[in-house]
Amino acid sequence: MISAKVRYSIENLIADYAHYIDDDRLEEWLDFFSEDCVYKILSRENVEQALPLELLSCRNKNMLRDRILSLREANIYNIHFDKHILGAVRILGVKRGDYSIQANYSLYQTNLDGESMLFSVGTYRDLITFSNNTPLFKEKIVVVDTFGISRLLSTPI
Amino acid sequence: MSDQNPVSWPEADLSRIPFAVYCDNEVYEKEQQVIFRGPTWNYLALEAELPNPGDFLTVKVGDTPVLVDRDEDGNIHAFINRCMHRGMLLCRENKGNSVNHTCPYHQWSYDLKGNLLGVPFPKGHNGHGGLPKDFDRKDIRLQALKIECYQGVIFGTFSNKAEPLVAYLGPEVISEIDRLFHKPIKVLGYQRQQIFGNWKLYNDNVRDPNHGGLLHMFHATFGLYRLSQKGGAKLDARGRHNITWNALGTDNKEATSQGYEGTKKVYKPKFKLNDPSMLKNINEYADDVTLVILSVFPNVIFQQIANSLCTRQIRCISANKMELFWTYFGYEDDTSDMTQHRLDQANLVGPGGLISMEDGEAVELVQAAIQRDQDKHARVEIGGKGEIKTQESLVTEVPIRGFYSYYCELMGFPTGEYASIT
Repeated sequence: MISAKVRYSIENLIADYAHYIDDDRLEEWLDFFSEDCVYKILSRENVEQALPLELLSCRNKNMLRDRILSLREANIYNIHFDKHILGAVRILGVKRGDYSIQANYSLYQTNLDGESMLFSVGTYRDLITFSNNTPLFKEKIVVVDTFGISRLLSTPI
Repeated sequence: MSDQNPVSWPEADLSRIPFAVYCDNEVYEKEQQVIFRGPTWNYLALEAELPNPGDFLTVKVGDTPVLVDRDEDGNIHAFINRCMHRGMLLCRENKGNSVNHTCPYHQWSYDLKGNLLGVPFPKGHNGHGGLPKDFDRKDIRLQALKIECYQGVIFGTFSNKAEPLVAYLGPEVISEIDRLFHKPIKVLGYQRQQIFGNWKLYNDNVRDPNHGGLLHMFHATFGLYRLSQKGGAKLDARGRHNITWNALGTDNKEATSQGYEGTKKVYKPKFKLNDPSMLKNINEYADDVTLVILSVFPNVIFQQIANSLCTRQIRCISANKMELFWTYFGYEDDTSDMTQHRLDQANLVGPGGLISMEDGEAVELVQAAIQRDQDKHARVEIGGKGEIKTQESLVTEVPIRGFYSYYCELMGFPTGEYASIT
């Protein structure tokens, strides 16, 4: 039985994670990850064929920092607002204090003309660890059903 | 083509490209016939994707759905992915293995060589219905493309007028394919990108070494590709294919700072990556070339960016939309560390690529801005006008003119003085 307190902390983390992306607070968003974190966006097409290629892959927090640095300083991409809609969180199990969870998301993007479109649907398959009673993502694995990426993949999902 | 959208090529050296060719539906329709079904060789897939008999995959040539398979004898075939009965898409999966191809609509089945195997209830029921007496299933075969493979790369053509593949590619392209496929490969996975622009805008993009060091700030800032580095653009004899190449680490601070002066946003030497391992090149070839973007007319790009290897297949959707289909690979004898390095470097390109994400955006913004002025022209002069030939610097877009010289020949567009009389 997962305690209500743990569930509450995990759900808060997932909600914060999404809202910080939507509010473009990506530098602070990095704080939701442990230093040895893995952040990956996988194409369902590759996952089902057991092919290792990712759409985006950061195998440590420095690589994730570099992604944000590049977005801020080096990349030209479609200017847009993100809006995440989150599904119910399933806590699948706990191993050595780390919780594996699953949750669906949909992500809409809105352009500067105020047009919104569904950008991505998929599932988070995460591993959440607790450090000083604070939940952190040890693994954030996004499996996208929408593997035909519309335009380009810039801001995190 | 139509009166509203005159396609005119006022300069014989193709230094003016009419915007209409990127927008006009009649042009698009003609391209499907004379380019994609003309005497060109289209990239279909890699043999490594079809290792076993019965393996199949579905692709597109232009906007035509095509089924590629390997038969019991190990031979590769490609067909229009359409049942000969009533025209249904024969094979719906992206990839798989099957002993034959059966249409879901009425269960007509075909062997792996494309021959019709059988039709259910051929004699009808109780002496009624079924096939007519003169129906001979041996007359019915899937519509095949002609196939040629080179170094495990599968090309197909609809035309019996295409020259042999090796002659079509030419010695410059052949030597790059030999280099990239010098030992057996293994496929690492796929990426797909929907680009809201004409398929030729992407061909222009990959034949434009100049943009690589200007649009792609990641390249310039972190040093993987700068216009101040040793590099160039090699063309084949016809100018229709292009090889953009460079060697990282061959620039110096002074020339780089001078060249990028006034573009302070592009080259930002003060930024450093926290984890620079992604920028590392592990030399795998008998030369110092660290980037090759090989574009083969009309539908494929072969890429080496450091140790990130892939093919990019251009698939048409309409005059103003395309799909870019990326197939990443490594070599069969890669260590697990090398595979990991290639996967790390896959972050550089693709729809989410630190370098290449911009291309989809650039193509879309051109497409959006030219719609209302289809009688106007793009200006292609960097690297010089006149003769279309191999370039010894990256500050060039001459290969774009090479693409259109062959394009106009196939499309029957007059160029030069005559074409400017509108």
